[in-house]
Amino acid sequence: MNVRVNGTLLGIALLLVVGLIAPLLVYPTFMMKVWCFALFACAFNLLLGYTGLLSFGHAAFLSVGGYLAGHACKAWGFTPELGILLGTCAGGAVGYVFGWLAIRRSGIYFAMITLALSQMIYFVWLQAPFTGGEDGLQGVPRGRAFGLIDLDNIYAMYYFVFAVFMAGFLLIYRTIHSPFGQVLKSIRENEPRAISLGYDVDRFKVLAFTLSAALSGTAGATKTLVFQLASLSDAHWHMSGEVVLMTLLGGLGTVFGPVVGALLVITLQNQLPQGVGAWVPVIMGSIFVVCVTAFRRGIVGELQALFRR
Amino acid sequence: MKKVIKQVAAIGAAGALLAAGVAFSQAKVSDGIVKIGVLTDLSGLYSDLAGPGSVLAAQMAIDDFRAETKGGAPFKIEIVSADHLNKGDIAANRAREWFERDNVDMIADLVTTSTALAVMPIAQKLGKITIVSGAASTLITNEQCTENNVHWTYDTYALANGTGRAVVKQGGDSWYFLTADYAFGHSLEKDTGAVVQASGGKVLGAVRHPFPGTDFSSFLLKAQASGAKVIGLANAGTDTTNSIRQASEFGITPKQQLAGLLMFVSDVHSLGPKVAGGMYLTETFYWDLNEQTRAWSKRFFDKQKRMPTMVHAGVYSGVLHYLRSVAATGTDDAKAVMGRMRATPVNDFFAPGARIREDGRLIKDAYLFQVKTPAESKGPWDLYHLRQTIPADQAWQPLADSRCALVTKKK
Repeated sequence: MNVRVNGTLLGIALLLVVGLIAPLLVYPTFMMKVWCFALFACAFNLLLGYTGLLSFGHAAFLSVGGYLAGHACKAWGFTPELGILLGTCAGGAVGYVFGWLAIRRSGIYFAMITLALSQMIYFVWLQAPFTGGEDGLQGVPRGRAFGLIDLDNIYAMYYFVFAVFMAGFLLIYRTIHSPFGQVLKSIRENEPRAISLGYDVDRFKVLAFTLSAALSGTAGATKTLVFQLASLSDAHWHMSGEVVLMTLLGGLGTVFGPVVGALLVITLQNQLPQGVGAWVPVIMGSIFVVCVTAFRRGIVGELQALFRR
Repeated sequence: MKKVIKQVAAIGAAGALLAAGVAFSQAKVSDGIVKIGVLTDLSGLYSDLAGPGSVLAAQMAIDDFRAETKGGAPFKIEIVSADHLNKGDIAANRAREWFERDNVDMIADLVTTSTALAVMPIAQKLGKITIVSGAASTLITNEQCTENNVHWTYDTYALANGTGRAVVKQGGDSWYFLTADYAFGHSLEKDTGAVVQASGGKVLGAVRHPFPGTDFSSFLLKAQASGAKVIGLANAGTDTTNSIRQASEFGITPKQQLAGLLMFVSDVHSLGPKVAGGMYLTETFYWDLNEQTRAWSKRFFDKQKRMPTMVHAGVYSGVLHYLRSVAATGTDDAKAVMGRMRATPVNDFFAPGARIREDGRLIKDAYLFQVKTPAESKGPWDLYHLRQTIPADQAWQPLADSRCALVTKKK
């Protein structure tokens, strides 16, 4: 046990070092995208990996955060940190409603309800006047963080995004290792038993769902600020699938798995040769198949199993 | 001796000044390379009307520019291309990477409106140029206009205006719209409806189909039942071609006439004259217009095995005009080059004598075509009759109606 805790701390230290020096080695905007998706995948992992709820509608929260933060920064002159805060709260609020409705069913029905609800959000964005429909919401200003730091500077923006990611990541880490997190895990392992022990399982589920959705909103809002744009592809069900892939590939129910998964998927999308274009989903699908048949625990999960042996 | 020469030069005859100017300008093209990025749809829905052909067109422009300057241009030219998958976020991502990391100076094409609108503000912010050829929306030169952008080839206003007015004039005075149910379709329907009414026609109604659609039968039957003489197709891409095919299968055409409001020669080619024959449509280019367009199109055809669309011709024209302006100003600074591009008329087969307006709209002639019937068509690409040339000053949205901040600020 001792070794494992140290391993995790070592991992966090490593993450911090990588995060701090990455912009010197890699194109910063690319790394910003990675951190945004890593946060999104970590938030998703909180729900799937630690509570055992497979949501197939997480794109909705990403886009709620993205569009609202984008609109607030663009039209209402919000500062970036307020925009992100708004995106987080909005993601959480929508997540609460979704969660409250969806937890009435479990398994495949739960996934289908979340998918249906997120498709509703998709069509809201398609038709709402301020989102620009198919064209997307462009020209979101990055502004000045806390009124001081000019985020148009690429390095300032990078460390801002990295700070947001680390804050979200540590919050999730803390949640997982809190008594609350232990209850979530007990629900994942054996729900009837958790009920018999006297836990109000539904309340825990809704809370976990809301927290996960709120952090997805954070990721979406940050992403919008990075690219100065919110678009429909954030809300599309492909995105909900992609986050499942990231989490599974990296390692379900591991602290670092989603980060590794996000890094891999984003790198792959970026580096695939030209002309592959429309085949990207097919390639992603094949990877998914290989992952669930050959290494179910994901990359980090398999590594952990290897070291524990 | 050297000193004396230097002094003579410094005293400065005009020639010396010019030479100095050239020497100076050489230093001003950043890193000595002018880098052009063609951001287009290389794999999807629009790869026929833009895609690899756009990359080829840009390369042809570079070749022609080199031939023109006889290799004397004081800078190297490089071309890069990428697939934007018709998604705004991917386009924005790639454009930012090109501008920030790879020192790309100008991005051409941008096939869908979402990609154009996503890239334009980034280019503006980072001091780079965009030349939009593939995208259609009038937003590009209105609400979302930027100083560093030119909308080169066409827009929905010009197409709706040209086709709408002409069809009413030919007797098609009652219209019914088949509209794709999203912002683009709605605006196309609205614009065309206004033109039809202004020309003395009547709009009987509209039916909206989900986007993207596959089965248009119920919508087409509704349009048929309306009894309108003309069914206006306020949609694009495969939605348009599918609705035309199905209209033909239902026997709606030729009893009622179809008007494609956003169609390209590549669409008509894939439909064939049997299905599309008799339709009216507006484009700003057709390969068989005159000697020069035929010559250029033949070169294009030899490499691509397809005739160029107006988007391809527009990419060529835009890139060539850009390179000439860079050579003339001797810098790749966006402001200076854009100033020069706006100050000089375009000189090529696509837009001879055309000028760029304040809002970034290239003002050139547009053409109303009617698709040939199978009996009239003599080859797979012999598709259009030229019915009318719409002069540059009538083809585009008048500047007085502009909602572009660059124009309205001045008023």
